Amino acid sequence: MMMLSGDPPRSRALSILLIVIIAALAAAPFVFPGAKAMNVATKICIFAALVASYDLLLGYTGSVSFAHTMFYGIGSYAIAIALYSLGPTWTAVATGLAIGLPLAALLALCIGLFSLRVEAIFFAMITLAVASAFLVLASQLSWLTGGEDGRSFQLPELLRPGTILIPKDWFGFAVNGRTLTYYIVFVACAAMILALLRVVNSPFGRVLQAVRENRFRAEALGYRTVFHLTYANCIAALVAASAGALNALWLRYAGPDTSLSFAIMLDILLMVVIGGMGTMYGAIVGAAIFILAQNYLQALMSVASNAATEAGLPLLPGLLHPDRWLLWLGLLFIFSVYFFPAGIVGRLRAGTRPST
Amino acid sequence: MTELAVSDPLPKPKRDLLPVLLPAILALAMLPLIGSGSSWVTLTAASLAMGMMIFIMASGLTLVFGLMDVLNFGHGAFIAVGAYIATLVLLPLAGWVQADSLLTNLAVLAPAALAAMAVSGALGLVVERVLILPVYGQHLKQILMTTGGLIVAEQTLYALWGPQIIPLPLPSALRGSFILGDVAISKYRVLAMLVGLAVFVGIQLVLNRTKIGLLIRAGVENREMVEALGYRIRRLFLGVFMTGSALAGLGGTMWALYREQVHASMGDELTVLVFIVVIIGGLGSIGGCFIGALLVAMVANYGGFLVPKLALVSNILLMVAILMWRPRGLYAVTSR
Repeated sequence: MMMLSGDPPRSRALSILLIVIIAALAAAPFVFPGAKAMNVATKICIFAALVASYDLLLGYTGSVSFAHTMFYGIGSYAIAIALYSLGPTWTAVATGLAIGLPLAALLALCIGLFSLRVEAIFFAMITLAVASAFLVLASQLSWLTGGEDGRSFQLPELLRPGTILIPKDWFGFAVNGRTLTYYIVFVACAAMILALLRVVNSPFGRVLQAVRENRFRAEALGYRTVFHLTYANCIAALVAASAGALNALWLRYAGPDTSLSFAIMLDILLMVVIGGMGTMYGAIVGAAIFILAQNYLQALMSVASNAATEAGLPLLPGLLHPDRWLLWLGLLFIFSVYFFPAGIVGRLRAGTRPST
Repeated sequence: MTELAVSDPLPKPKRDLLPVLLPAILALAMLPLIGSGSSWVTLTAASLAMGMMIFIMASGLTLVFGLMDVLNFGHGAFIAVGAYIATLVLLPLAGWVQADSLLTNLAVLAPAALAAMAVSGALGLVVERVLILPVYGQHLKQILMTTGGLIVAEQTLYALWGPQIIPLPLPSALRGSFILGDVAISKYRVLAMLVGLAVFVGIQLVLNRTKIGLLIRAGVENREMVEALGYRIRRLFLGVFMTGSALAGLGGTMWALYREQVHASMGDELTVLVFIVVIIGGLGSIGGCFIGALLVAMVANYGGFLVPKLALVSNILLMVAILMWRPRGLYAVTSR
């Protein structure tokens, strides 16, 4: 209870679902040792933290930000540039974090103070504009960021796949640097999600919810809502940048497509909405379901597309082509906003609770 | 407060002229920096033409926000759809487009623009009914729904036309430039300026001189009051939304001809630009939107000429500067 900050899942089905997801993630290196499965597991961990931080903004304060991938990208690029230019040492990792995290927080502070004074809509537009400018900058300043190609780099010795920590003949499976990296990602993401859960269940989190419900009344009660919203924006940016740093460490690469693109922003939005806005647990459920679907349903789409081509149907092959995955995602997004605004978590909670 | 006699006319609101003068001041301030007079004239003409095109695209967005308090994040979709529809008319009639006669060229451009406007307007009808009607008054859901709409529209364009860039050559009579002394002004830019001015004047006339315009302005001020007077404001909303979408389609067609290419992602790129213009102008203000579009185009053109690297972030810098000066944009219309 202490760990969950007094905000348990409050639904048996949801608890079981969460336990299954977390147990599967915790045991992933031993149960699903393949490279693709490990990538999927890592991506679920990282996105669960990233989406949870976005939920702090969207679900708890009700402000839509389109700059979340920018902070994610700042974290990724900070690690990538530091390790690329300083060489594969732990000092470089520390330098990357020491530059990237404060930079993200500072930028979030500026954007927040600048645009959170007025309506949610204003914030959404400004973040969209700033994020698109940042994307252009990242792909143009190629001396620093590597341009469209991004930056690949080497990890410190300890985290490389070649480093065998526990040989295979001890327990029957090898623990190498890659496994260690995975557990660093797993533990860091779990810690961030628990910290966010702590934040939203603190008095500060209650004020955020009050602002979401009625900003005018919250202000009338004496809360300086601009500061609360800006702090929330900074916390979310810090977590997003940390998630970005973890992502760069795992991929050993940072580039516009993996860390900054608008498609990632859309993925995050979708995961929050599918999982359930304003619940935190929704982030874990949403990220797990979405990323599993993204990785394994796209294959299904290409099968369907090929089948449609062979059957000679018009239009369908184009619509079902795996590259058109976003089309179906967009439709799903509209439907879930319209019909299931509370998301999976909201549904599960409403189902088990008789009446409150 | 001075007291007014009953017969006195009502005091006129103070005219706020500084924003109107801003583009002129900016242009004049740039003259010594650029140095050569002929490049200055060319750049200024280019900015005016680009500004007019951006204005055509942005005007619908700002009107819709002002009247309906709906921010359409999917506005870019109408722009892209307009451009694609125009290619449907222009590419099959390539012979007419390449004919060396202004009349034939315009005879094919006009139906292309009209078709683009009609389809975008019809799409606007569908979007308003399906996506926006269920979420009136809920900003959060509006943003999410219309963002989803933008993605679906863009991906549908990809699915129907494929991911490649479609080249769209300018009609031959509109290629090249008018040469006056050592100043060159491209012909298409003159056309763009004329169309933009016509749209601006048309919107101003409708808003200020007709009964519908009166109702729209009243609706911006106070929606309930207009409803209480017995007008069906819902229908007015729909009309404005469709007009805004149609204008976006027209702007998309013109932009595609200006760039001489059509691509499905032009929607998102222009969405950002159009948002910046609308924020600078003050949400809901047509005049502000016009000035904002001119400023954005000027900063892009002059900036691109003087400091090419700066052009990447010039829009953001301009927006920051304007919002420092007037946090609600040049002309704050609504009290929201």
